Amino acid sequence: MPQRKIDVARLLTELRNRFGDTVKVEEVAKVVGALLASGTGDVAGMSRKIYAELEALNRYIQSAKAEIASLRPDEVTDEYLPAASVELDAIVEATAEATNSIMDATEIMERVADKLEGEDQEALMDATTQIYEACGFQDITGQRISKVVKALNEIETKVDALVAAFGSELRKVEKEVKAVPEEASGEAPADEDLLNGPQVSGEGISQDEIDRLLADFD
Amino acid sequence: MAVDKNMKVLVVDDYRTMLRILRNLLRQLDFRNVEEATDGTEALQKLKESNFGLVISDWNMEPMTGIQLLRHVRADEKLKRIPFIMVTAESKPENVVAAKQAGVSNYIVKPFNAQTLKMKMASVLGDF
Repeated sequence: MPQRKIDVARLLTELRNRFGDTVKVEEVAKVVGALLASGTGDVAGMSRKIYAELEALNRYIQSAKAEIASLRPDEVTDEYLPAASVELDAIVEATAEATNSIMDATEIMERVADKLEGEDQEALMDATTQIYEACGFQDITGQRISKVVKALNEIETKVDALVAAFGSELRKVEKEVKAVPEEASGEAPADEDLLNGPQVSGEGISQDEIDRLLADFD
Repeated sequence: MAVDKNMKVLVVDDYRTMLRILRNLLRQLDFRNVEEATDGTEALQKLKESNFGLVISDWNMEPMTGIQLLRHVRADEKLKRIPFIMVTAESKPENVVAAKQAGVSNYIVKPFNAQTLKMKMASVLGDF
């Protein structure tokens, strides 16, 4: 059987012309697959070692694709990372609100201190100063959390790039995984599905709404 | 020469909480003429519109950072002599060096206390 010759150099040039220096893994797999196919039935002209290496590379790529798909990178970028960012933003907002409430009260204490004299005034003023100093934690934690949010955004970009590199086959596997039917609707949610709090602003309902909802059961 | 506590002090920080903390601490030091800005651009605008005796600025702000503000201030013939204290969480030596090279008058690392603020202010304004 005549060996089908593959012009590897031409294939690589074509890939470079189409994608530049960043070539999708899917395309690399195609080249490897083509090389393997060209050697089928007649590997005499090709070093057996290279053939084995290529075969192993092909298996590795296929296996990596399947593993990455099973990790559901779409869930990471669509759900987990955005949800984490929202929670962190909510922490910053909540601590800022709490800090401002503390300072509201401290400013009242300071006005009271102004009306006092001597040691009492001094002690109260010192206490208010210490509270103001301690309130600086909100600025520091806020900055640290902002750094974490930036890191999460970076991870999101990298995962997106990974998904893009693996191309349409990965999306196909993702769809298959997604196609697994979820629990029948209409049933009461499982206990773990109820553990999503504390809710961010606008997501939950107010105490008044809760009271009304409870009253509906009476 | 006694420090004029009625001088205008400009505090610059993108965290409203920190602006409030600084305003309160300055009031306790008897500096009550305090104005606020939330980034370098707003601060520069205010500095050009009025006479300030001191700038206390954060570093990490957008769109104009504290060090960019400092460079603008030092490059402006009318503003270049205003004492400028950087109050920031950036505590790497290279930050301090860069700020010094840009002409900062003093540098406070967050978190800070009132005593540090008072000492740094006294070092650039004179004892009060």
